[in-house]
Amino acid sequence: MPAVYHQYRNQILFSVMAGLLVVVALTQGLSVSLTILNLCLISAIMSLGVNIQWGYAGLFNVGVMGFAALGGLSGVLISMPPVSEAWQAGGLGILFGLIITTGTIASSLFAWSRTKYSKKQRYWVIAGIIILGYALLRLFFDPSVDAIEAINPSVTGYLGGLGLPILVAWPVGALFAASVAFVIGKIALGLRSDYLAIATLGISEIIIFCIKNEEWLTRGVKNVNGLPRPVPYEIDLQQTQWFQEWALDFNMPVDDASAVFVKICYALLFILVIAFLLWLSETALKSPWGRMMRAIRDNDTAAAAMGKDVTWQHLRIFILGSAVIGLAGAMLTTLDGQFTPVGYNPLRFTFLIWVMVIIGGSGNNWGAVIGGFFIWFFWIEAEPIGLWLIETLTSGMSPGSAIRAHLQEGAAHMRLMTVGIILLVTLRYAPEGLIPEKKRQ
Amino acid sequence: MIDILNALTLLGNFLIIPGLTYGSQLALGALGVTLVYGVLRFSNFAHGETMAFGAMITILATWGLQSMGVSIKPLPTALIAIPVGIAVTVLLILVIDKFVYRYHRERKASPVTFLIISIGVMFFLGGLIRFIIGPGDQIFFDGTRFILKAREFREMTGLSEGLSLKMTQTVTIVTALIIVIAMFWFLNHTRTGKSMRAYSDNEDLALLSGIDPNRVVMVTWIIVAALATVGGTLYGLDKSFKPFVYMQLLLPIFASAIVGGVGNPLGAIAGGYVIAFSELILTFAYKKVVLYLGPDNLELDSLVQLLGTNYKIAVSFIILVIVLIIKPTGLFSGKTI
Repeated sequence: MPAVYHQYRNQILFSVMAGLLVVVALTQGLSVSLTILNLCLISAIMSLGVNIQWGYAGLFNVGVMGFAALGGLSGVLISMPPVSEAWQAGGLGILFGLIITTGTIASSLFAWSRTKYSKKQRYWVIAGIIILGYALLRLFFDPSVDAIEAINPSVTGYLGGLGLPILVAWPVGALFAASVAFVIGKIALGLRSDYLAIATLGISEIIIFCIKNEEWLTRGVKNVNGLPRPVPYEIDLQQTQWFQEWALDFNMPVDDASAVFVKICYALLFILVIAFLLWLSETALKSPWGRMMRAIRDNDTAAAAMGKDVTWQHLRIFILGSAVIGLAGAMLTTLDGQFTPVGYNPLRFTFLIWVMVIIGGSGNNWGAVIGGFFIWFFWIEAEPIGLWLIETLTSGMSPGSAIRAHLQEGAAHMRLMTVGIILLVTLRYAPEGLIPEKKRQ
Repeated sequence: MIDILNALTLLGNFLIIPGLTYGSQLALGALGVTLVYGVLRFSNFAHGETMAFGAMITILATWGLQSMGVSIKPLPTALIAIPVGIAVTVLLILVIDKFVYRYHRERKASPVTFLIISIGVMFFLGGLIRFIIGPGDQIFFDGTRFILKAREFREMTGLSEGLSLKMTQTVTIVTALIIVIAMFWFLNHTRTGKSMRAYSDNEDLALLSGIDPNRVVMVTWIIVAALATVGGTLYGLDKSFKPFVYMQLLLPIFASAIVGGVGNPLGAIAGGYVIAFSELILTFAYKKVVLYLGPDNLELDSLVQLLGTNYKIAVSFIILVIVLIIKPTGLFSGKTI
């Protein structure tokens, strides 16, 4: 690579990305381009979160999907209006159930740390407490859950949320993810790196299972639609005077202009968040704390010998990274305007984010961001590109050919294969990614 | 007495036979994961997709045989197509090893790097499978559906509960048994098997003793690909073949391998059955069993179920997490073949 490239690498890469988005805007329309941009921004935040865990501290978290879903859940719980009938029907039972759960957890923790039994005895005591607590929970919980789910199941059938503005859900989503990360970290961070991966993958699946099945809380597979928005609605815009004039100035139909305007509003909000996060994480990385994290990552034995509490630092950074992912999850539901638990699958929400981090350059925040942009862009655009490619390649075949039809059908799945190949090639020929970590002295 | 027999039949029909079947499928998968872990020392996230790939090739071969009119009724045709599936899968896995894994192995990359590479392979295989056969459901089972029908059993024994035995269940259990016996014989009684165990136990010592690492790695991949093909095909025969299902199967398989002690083949098999049976035992509705065994005038409102059926797959993760916390080495203290 020429020296100029190395000197201006970040600028060149981000200009290429901007160029790609402009090309999409010119060929497929501004609205499509902005949709991609918004999702690119959210992906970039998620990969920033993973980069905080992996790049700074070398923690291999494959539970991204679970944290993103928790963030999404906060969107529902904060912004949807409460369903008062449901609260009357089963609110008391649910609260009682929560008290039982807390009681069970507290007494198991107490049995674990404050009693003098041997290790084996403690396991049995705790198992007993949990079984008792679970039986009690089912006894009080089940009737209220049934009562709540029976209330107008096609529209509500759940407790609803708090009815607050959805922007509140963003920090709350981060908080949700952070508190779950605390529990997971306490349990799993002592494990070897590949066990940690499998454990987090398993826990994230459990989270999704709970979200899908606890309908009294999340409506489960029935989805929650119509989350309130932080930005104006298209319909309202189309009817206001100033907006109609504004659209006329730009020589756009009012419908299109309103769609574009809403997406730009979202994009600005997201850019604000990502800029803030980037500033924070860059500052953190340069601070003594960042140096300590790198020291722990590169040689935890040496760092521990220098008096650093490795376990506690790992836990802290695990929580921080997860909070960022939770924030991104909440932003995603805000953008979608709906919460669809079925949509969370590990390929899209965990492994793809990992590909972004690895390709972008682990350990470098700008790398994580550009990785998020490139990979998401590719993930979306691979389908039209693949289709075009197949059509060009098979143009020699007769139009009725079965092979040609099959190839065209398969074009949609090319992206999985290509993402895999990109990852493998990167790992072999450029393991540091697009923007490698800066080596500081 | 009759009540007890009825209750036992009920359990046998809905708990023991399905548990043995599912357990055998998991055990075959977990064996593959454990072998990769023991010899190549990483957690292979691409194993689920390898199973799907092997099953896919077997399906294609089955279709070919079916169109030629070959049939081994009452057994499913897929059984004679399995060798084709194994051959192609072995070839693919060896090619992937040559172009992907070998480079990093020579540079002694860390297990996490290998893990990430296997994620890349997972993406690649997933795309390849969907490209060739599509994301939809494929049914390739032929032959007799039932060996023993519930109605026949009832007439035979005079009990009010029936016991049915599907062909796929029998084939799965018997094939798994044969494969497992063959595996252990190979590992314990052949030169290659012993060299694999030595390599897994202590790499440096094995190299000093003149064991060829490339050969060990190649043999391991061949066995893993064969196990994956058989496991994937049996699972596809029993349920149905859907590419994304195999990705979901990956976690119970990891759970089985870790519960049994990763790296330990015996543990992998035990783990498979532990996971399968705990899933079924915890989500089974015991209402009818309790009605049979309890007093005659007993009436029950609930299904007597410990966990909702929806949580079936979550059970394996919960067990996995508990094992990781309490005894990370697993039941059989793993890490040696």
